[in-house]
Amino acid sequence: MTGSLQRIYGMVLRHVYLWRRSWVRVLETAYWPTMNMVLWGFIAKFFASNSSIVAQVPALLISGLLLWEVLFRGQLAFALAFLEELYSRNLGHLFVSPLRPSELIASMIAVSLLRTCVGVGAAAALAIVLYAASIFDLGLPLVAFFANLLVTGWAVGLMVSALVLRYGLAAENLAWGVIFVLAPISGIYYPISVLPGWLQRVSWCLPTSYVFEGMRGVLLDAAFRWDLFFGAVALNAVYVALGAGIFFAAFRGARQRGALLQMGE
Amino acid sequence: MRHAIAVENLVKRYGEVQAVDGLSFQVERGTTCALLGGNGAGKTTTLAILLGVLLPTSGSVRVLDEDMARERYRALPRMNFTSPYVDLPKKLTVEENLVVFSHLYGLRQIRQRIAGLAEQFEFAPLLKRHYGTLSAGQRTRVSVAKALLNRPEVLLLDEPTASLDPDIADRIRTHLVEYQEQSGATLLLASHNMVEVERICHQVLMMKAGRIVDRGSPPELIARYGRSSMEEVFLDVARAAHRAAEVAADEVRR
Repeated sequence: MTGSLQRIYGMVLRHVYLWRRSWVRVLETAYWPTMNMVLWGFIAKFFASNSSIVAQVPALLISGLLLWEVLFRGQLAFALAFLEELYSRNLGHLFVSPLRPSELIASMIAVSLLRTCVGVGAAAALAIVLYAASIFDLGLPLVAFFANLLVTGWAVGLMVSALVLRYGLAAENLAWGVIFVLAPISGIYYPISVLPGWLQRVSWCLPTSYVFEGMRGVLLDAAFRWDLFFGAVALNAVYVALGAGIFFAAFRGARQRGALLQMGE
Repeated sequence: MRHAIAVENLVKRYGEVQAVDGLSFQVERGTTCALLGGNGAGKTTTLAILLGVLLPTSGSVRVLDEDMARERYRALPRMNFTSPYVDLPKKLTVEENLVVFSHLYGLRQIRQRIAGLAEQFEFAPLLKRHYGTLSAGQRTRVSVAKALLNRPEVLLLDEPTASLDPDIADRIRTHLVEYQEQSGATLLLASHNMVEVERICHQVLMMKAGRIVDRGSPPELIARYGRSSMEEVFLDVARAAHRAAEVAADEVRR
């Protein structure tokens, strides 16, 4: 092997070593193409078979997109608030202070709420200016959708933070991408009925599916479905409890391994 | 309560590795104690358990009469910690960092407290600078100031002067001694620095392989080993195992 080739080989090897040790990195390689293909496949299928709702398409897509952003930004802001402490190697100082893990979670929820309101608020305002499509036309139900999606985002954020506590910054990419696994099966841009039967059953286990079905109920039928609202609330309660349980278990594990003083860049 | 820190039969195992092996000691209130030992002796592990961020395999740890395994949130507001190996957020200014931690410790009159510490530790001109832009010495001063924000009754320090030049290291030691004398606080530090230990510590716990192999005041230890400095005592303790092995090998050869 020539010197140049060998150096290139050495650098490739450097990344292969990382992939071998991190299932997260390997997963990420295939993750985005797969997610995009599945999501847009179902969108195409829905619109190809429902030409009667063409007039509603902008409202459906923009409302779906903005509500999706509530979920995505809410989860991301929650997880990033935790990751910031790891990036700055500050976790040790925080956990030797009187700050309790539950208080840290509460602060991450507050940060997530603020960042989501700012981020999605700006996008929603721009949608009114550019497309004359206002998510605020959803009226009061918007508050119910917004709240439910945020809570789902926090539940996922708790699970992601738990994985980061367990696997360190190798799991960082989950914060950016894990929520997209919900996108094709939450019915953001198309009804759950478009999905294959087995996937519909999976979909109805997610609070997000109830929210987006509810959104279409308001946009297409001008009706707020309380059954869908309570379905989302009940599932959110389960997922938040699960997320909190996993986070506290990971925190205890980190205390057993001595990871809290060592985690960081 | 005579002892600020009381450790009984403390054990910490990571799988097969015994990081701390049956440690027992007490630190009297208002004194400064050093955990002294080479790399891997178990000093930082002991500090982490004392802070409650590491769970022991067995044994008990009480700080300010609180069981750190169960009631650490009763003791933590009265304690603090600093280490050059645990950073503060680099993108925040020095002042912002100190304000955040002041809130975490429930302080009032935060601005006055920060101004007082900034003056004492000579970093007032740095208050508006990002923490990440500071030199190692400046960071250490800020980090020690952070550790004194809540006027802790127990202050744990992990190698507080590591990687500092002798001038800054000396100033940090002076500040710590002054704080200890003025407040009557209890200080426990893990250190490799024998000059530091001789200068500021009332009691020394010599650690090796997770155990305490000797203890006493610096003058007592120096006299016991027939040496002229703690550095020589440290080398004696650190090399004792090598020497024992050499003696055994000599006996076999004879």
